[in-house]
Amino acid sequence: MKARALTPLLPLLLCAAFLVSLMAGKVWIWPTAWAADNADGWIFLELRLPRAVLGLCIGAVLGLSGAVMQGYLRNPLADPTVLGVSASAALGGVLAIYLGINMLPFGLFGSAMLGAGASIALLLAISRGGGPIGFILGGMVLSTLAGALTAFVISIAPNPFAASEIINWLMGALTDRLMTDVWTALPFMALGAALLLSTGRALDALTLGENGAKSLGIDLMRLQWIIVFGVGLAVGASVAVSGVVGFVGLIVPHLIRAIYGEQPSRILLPSALGGAVLTLTADSLVRLVPGPGEVRLGIAMAVLGAPFFLLLLLRYRKGSI
Amino acid sequence: MTLTVRNLSFAHARQPSLDGIDAAFEAGKLSVILGPNGAGKSTLLSCIAGVLKPDAGTASLDGTDISSMPATARAQRIGLLPQGAETHWAITAEALVALGRIPHMRGAGPSIDDRRAISAAMSATATKGFAHRVVTALSGGERARVLMARVLAGEPQWILADEPLANLDPGFQLDILGLLRRQANDGKGVVAVLHDLHHAVRFADHLLLLHEGKLFAQGSVKDVLTAANLARVYGIDANLFKDEEGAIQLFIKGKIKA
Repeated sequence: MKARALTPLLPLLLCAAFLVSLMAGKVWIWPTAWAADNADGWIFLELRLPRAVLGLCIGAVLGLSGAVMQGYLRNPLADPTVLGVSASAALGGVLAIYLGINMLPFGLFGSAMLGAGASIALLLAISRGGGPIGFILGGMVLSTLAGALTAFVISIAPNPFAASEIINWLMGALTDRLMTDVWTALPFMALGAALLLSTGRALDALTLGENGAKSLGIDLMRLQWIIVFGVGLAVGASVAVSGVVGFVGLIVPHLIRAIYGEQPSRILLPSALGGAVLTLTADSLVRLVPGPGEVRLGIAMAVLGAPFFLLLLLRYRKGSI
Repeated sequence: MTLTVRNLSFAHARQPSLDGIDAAFEAGKLSVILGPNGAGKSTLLSCIAGVLKPDAGTASLDGTDISSMPATARAQRIGLLPQGAETHWAITAEALVALGRIPHMRGAGPSIDDRRAISAAMSATATKGFAHRVVTALSGGERARVLMARVLAGEPQWILADEPLANLDPGFQLDILGLLRRQANDGKGVVAVLHDLHHAVRFADHLLLLHEGKLFAQGSVKDVLTAANLARVYGIDANLFKDEEGAIQLFIKGKIKA
């Protein structure tokens, strides 16, 4: 009942967050100026629109991936980063900047996607025949390795400027993205999201444990493949286009569960919508912080997310989750 | 309708192994698998359920090898109540029971057949009273009945229950055994792994006694639970007797000293 009454809430919030994201910034652009043939109209079309669309897509796939990972691992503290895809895609992006490939068209994006692709291949090789534990251990090792290599690349950067460019990109931001970025990333995200949305029934079955799910005819190996490809494509593309934006995948499913109940299939779509709302809102806020430049979205999200995560752990220890 | 196990072997480092099991189960009977811890009871049930794939030999349903059946078709015919009563999310009792319909679901939502089966399963287990409460808030006895309803909702021809009485108080144990008994009387094949010999004596139509991965004895209660077999497999001094009402009971005197 509660969930049904709230169903229109998320789409409405999303519309509001999207509209605000189109308007907000150092220069406010009201809808009347959107089609104008002046600087405001240009800012809207070339800067605000791609930025808002990307924020929406990235937030949606991160929220969705988080909901799927938590459902699959039956662990409310899991998030998409445990697979190591984000770290591997980040390594790809960092290498591209280091080698100067990011100057080529699609260089940065392609290199980050290659990183994500490598992590997908490795995960599939590691997890063959194994259960979720081997799969996640593999992901965490991959994540640590990619993180160490990323740090190594930064440490051998030829000059402070290159190092700072790499670090800036890593922190995650949606600043100065173009419509080409949207069109490049969107197909990967859409395919990944479609794969992830198809897992609902299998995730529900896992409520009964692995043997329960298998006895209901669920092919857990297939589910694992779908999740690796889904998260790999969606999160890989989101990192490739915006750097690493954390915490969305961890927090959003929790907020959604509190409203929509805990059935894994029921929170997939709402988590996608909620992730989009959170990311768009955070990205609007970082633009409004006074002063020169911008707080990086990744940093803002961590500052917002970390206290929430700690609160979650405290509640977890009391056994109330 | 018969479920036949032929020369079935299974070996895995993380699971008690099985060695050359030959057995047959009939529909309409309540079959009970007995044996000490680590004898391979759950392994055998998992192989029959198609959850584990045997290394050698077959478990077959009316002549069809279970491990080669399409997973959905298998799940429609064989329902498994897994060990441990796992329920990972705080979903409502009704939503949990509805999971039993997964092998039958085609479209997005439940069909009329699905709703009818869910309702019937909840009536049979007397769980309708708390249909909208979350399973994690239910008592152990209530949750056990909800999990049983989940299996019944799938309308399987065979019901396999792996230690369905674990952690239940005596009254709740009898509830669950009564439900299994009724399913067998309705013509379904029921196979349960039990630990309590007294329950096995009272409820089983057919017994399998496993010992160290091998089938030690199979048949009626009287044939299987002989004093010699109980001494050999469990190391206990026990025997069957008829009580004043003429029912067969088991009396355990104590452990046999080595």
